[in-house]
Amino acid sequence: VRPGSVAIVGAAETESVNEAPHVPEIELHAQAALRALADAGMTLADVDGYANATPHPLELVTHLGIRPRWIDSTRVGGCSFMVLVRHAALALSAGWCDVAMITHGESGRSGCGRSPYPRQEPTSLWSQFEVTYGAGPMVFNLTVPARRFLADRGMGSEDLAAVVVAQREWAADVPQAVRRERTTVDEVLAAPMVADPFTRPMCCVRTDGGGALVMVRTENVGDWDSPSAPVYLLGSGEAAESGLMSQMDDISTFGGFRRSSSEAFRSAGVGHEDVDHLMIYDAFAHVPLYGLEDLGFVGRGESGAFVTDGHTRPGGALPLNTNGGGLCYTHTGMYGMFAIQESVRQVRGEAAVPVPGVEVSFVQGLGYAFGAAAALVLSVRAS
Amino acid sequence: MSDRIPPAMTPITAPYWDGAAAGELRLQRCVVCTRFVFPPRTFCPHCGSASPPRWESTSGVGRLLSYIIARVPVPGGYDEAPYVVALVELQEGPRLLTNIIDVDLDKPLPLDMPVTVSFEPRGPTGVPVFRPTVS
Repeated sequence: VRPGSVAIVGAAETESVNEAPHVPEIELHAQAALRALADAGMTLADVDGYANATPHPLELVTHLGIRPRWIDSTRVGGCSFMVLVRHAALALSAGWCDVAMITHGESGRSGCGRSPYPRQEPTSLWSQFEVTYGAGPMVFNLTVPARRFLADRGMGSEDLAAVVVAQREWAADVPQAVRRERTTVDEVLAAPMVADPFTRPMCCVRTDGGGALVMVRTENVGDWDSPSAPVYLLGSGEAAESGLMSQMDDISTFGGFRRSSSEAFRSAGVGHEDVDHLMIYDAFAHVPLYGLEDLGFVGRGESGAFVTDGHTRPGGALPLNTNGGGLCYTHTGMYGMFAIQESVRQVRGEAAVPVPGVEVSFVQGLGYAFGAAAALVLSVRAS
Repeated sequence: MSDRIPPAMTPITAPYWDGAAAGELRLQRCVVCTRFVFPPRTFCPHCGSASPPRWESTSGVGRLLSYIIARVPVPGGYDEAPYVVALVELQEGPRLLTNIIDVDLDKPLPLDMPVTVSFEPRGPTGVPVFRPTVS
């Protein structure tokens, strides 16, 4: 897949990304699909490639009434959507399909028409060796290594709080964001404790919502009457590490972030200095700190000070999680689709809080509890 | 605590849980490279040997790598909070996700604190948990 050889020509979220108590998940998928297709100037009849993470892809093939000649349903948690964009790029390049659509819909707050999360079968390694310990909820699992990460670097809870403070600065001006109040480190630290040392604002919101993406080969951009500018995929990377928190290679740094991001940079032919806008999956406040270091934007132990000093806030040198992230904007359970949507909006100049002149956006996804990762490099230019 | 259901084992993992029921922390060890293997398998993930690793009783001693304290119950976790979810590195090498018991949850637990295995009964079996080592 050559840099810039495929493009996202349609992108949209459901009308609400907060609460939709009576909308089953397959309808969230469908709403997002129709909005993204309208954005691409297409209809469902144009779609000949389809991918999703949950529920079973045949549920959606049936519900949408499509007959794809390419399907994929790689389920590796919240980064599934970065993975699927990457796989769709390959399918398009190979000619396995001409219009690839990726959809997401999840009733994470209301539980309407909810499909079971993968890997919950009782004999899975995850169930036997982690759920057994009351660590099934991600808030009691993905958070566990944070104390070691912070202690190894002489950092502390105030660094987790600083991530929340910075992202609220963005969310304050994002109408769709669930949590929009500006806050302070002291306020975040004083909030109710959920998974000590994580207070409630350091944990993501729980929402209902969906999103969809439509992709074509660059040579076909312009074949449809789309109201929106194309966003080109310059590069990508993916990595799987472990489905068990206990089996991370090193709990103080995430190899999946390092490997997927370095492949994304390499395949895109861009460097860190070229990145104008950054999204790092943030189910909990420590993940962007791991990400800033593991992606190589700062050195080991520098992430907390980098955020505290304001570099990731509006007006900062490295605008990060500009929709407010999973901590503030939305988080249905698998957040990756929404991170990609914000990257697309920033590249198009259509974000609620636009970063001026974004040519290159880097979006890093995380799956499960430091289990998998995938990254995309998106751009206004095809090369 | 009806939510604390026994783990659903397979023929490959049963010796681990049966060991816990018998009050032993058993781990597999590769007969070729001698490294410990976790979670249980029929081969060695370290050296790739297809010879089945052998079950051994271990020290049950390790150190606390990291932890959180679950302060409020969340669906899918235990019905009652607080409780500690921790990563413990065993003397033999493998790392386990587990609970720490018999600690004062109003005070931070020192990282690298020595811990010793204990066993929490779960129906017909038991699960390995850890408590601070009494010196």
